[in-house]
Amino acid sequence: MASMRDIKRRKTSIQGTQQITKAMKLVSTVKLQRAKANAERTKVYFDCMYETVNSILARVGHVDHRYLNGGESQKKAVIVITSNRGLAGGYNSNITKLLTRHETWKKEDLVIYSLGNKGRDTLNRNGYNIKENLPEVIDSPSYADAMDLSARLLKAFEEGEFGEIHLAYTSFKNTVSHEPKLIKLLPVESKEDESKGGAEAIMEFEPQDTEALDMLIPKYITSLIYGAMMEAVASENGARMQAMDNATSNAEEMISDLALKYNRARQGSITQELTEIIAGAEALG
Amino acid sequence: MADNHNIHLRIITPDRIFFEGDVDMVEFNTTEGEIGVLPGHIPLTVIVKPGILVFNDGEEEKEAALHSGFAEILPDKVTILAEIIEWPEEIDEQRAEEAMNRAKERIAGHNPETDMVRAQAALMRAMARIEVLK
Repeated sequence: MASMRDIKRRKTSIQGTQQITKAMKLVSTVKLQRAKANAERTKVYFDCMYETVNSILARVGHVDHRYLNGGESQKKAVIVITSNRGLAGGYNSNITKLLTRHETWKKEDLVIYSLGNKGRDTLNRNGYNIKENLPEVIDSPSYADAMDLSARLLKAFEEGEFGEIHLAYTSFKNTVSHEPKLIKLLPVESKEDESKGGAEAIMEFEPQDTEALDMLIPKYITSLIYGAMMEAVASENGARMQAMDNATSNAEEMISDLALKYNRARQGSITQELTEIIAGAEALG
Repeated sequence: MADNHNIHLRIITPDRIFFEGDVDMVEFNTTEGEIGVLPGHIPLTVIVKPGILVFNDGEEEKEAALHSGFAEILPDKVTILAEIIEWPEEIDEQRAEEAMNRAKERIAGHNPETDMVRAQAALMRAMARIEVLK
């Protein structure tokens, strides 16, 4: 049995850790609330954008447009949104698993645009081609960042560097449930089957359809990227909050376990001392 | 729709709802030219070009510098999805003027390496900002 002193030392150390995890939990709770509010504000814009783009796509049908057809290159660009810091449970590994365990994608075909150091590290270790890493973006995502990134991606897309653009991020459903998601940004898939029937009035476009697509799709992609960044930040803090909550309650369990062991050890030593004294007294008497 | 004199205007940016309310008319600049929208307009989707957005919300005439985005116009409502839009009080006049001069120089310079489209867009943005302050 470990000595009383050993148990006590261990208990103190776990208490120290528990204080840290508790503090981290509080911090991420506050950050989560802010990130959640931001994500919800962005959603209005995103929903409107989504509706409009879909209604245009439903109207134009099978038009021959580079944003709808995809490029000829086999390469795929993937934007991977992870965090810069760890201690967020499975948050980062769930995202990288989307790529490393993908059934059909080959490592060599992927060009990674990473937002967040953790994803970059893991993918780099696994031999993926990291084109860019922008860790500072995910600390405080702004719309300008999303615009920059989507402009660069679209330019490379048009120059034929890759034929598809995908986005891997963690979608924020609510505080306790986040889902890693892999979505296709380009080519844009038209969702004709989802058309709402004849309820909507006939919409005119100025300029004409294809030109409108030229201008709308980049904005659409930007808004998708921005929305994903906001949701990812909220999810990151949610995941960290949960992880730290678990850590705190695990520490609690260990502390009570150690307290029990400590008390037993203490009682054991008292009993032993008593036995020794009594035995000594008897020997004298 | 209760009466025919107002359009419901919503201006949404990625970060906030910039404005929401009933207005009698909306004016702004589009890729096809300036447009003024009155109630009962035909359904139309237009792409925004940098310029001034003007509307009257029943109390006073309001102006804002609208730089990029697009607008969906329906007979009784207008939704503007603005990537960048500013109230006059949010604009830094000095910076806008500097940006305008810089853009003018770049356009006048005829340097083959200059990205003309970008320079022109920058010039238009700066001009819209300055205009809205006046």
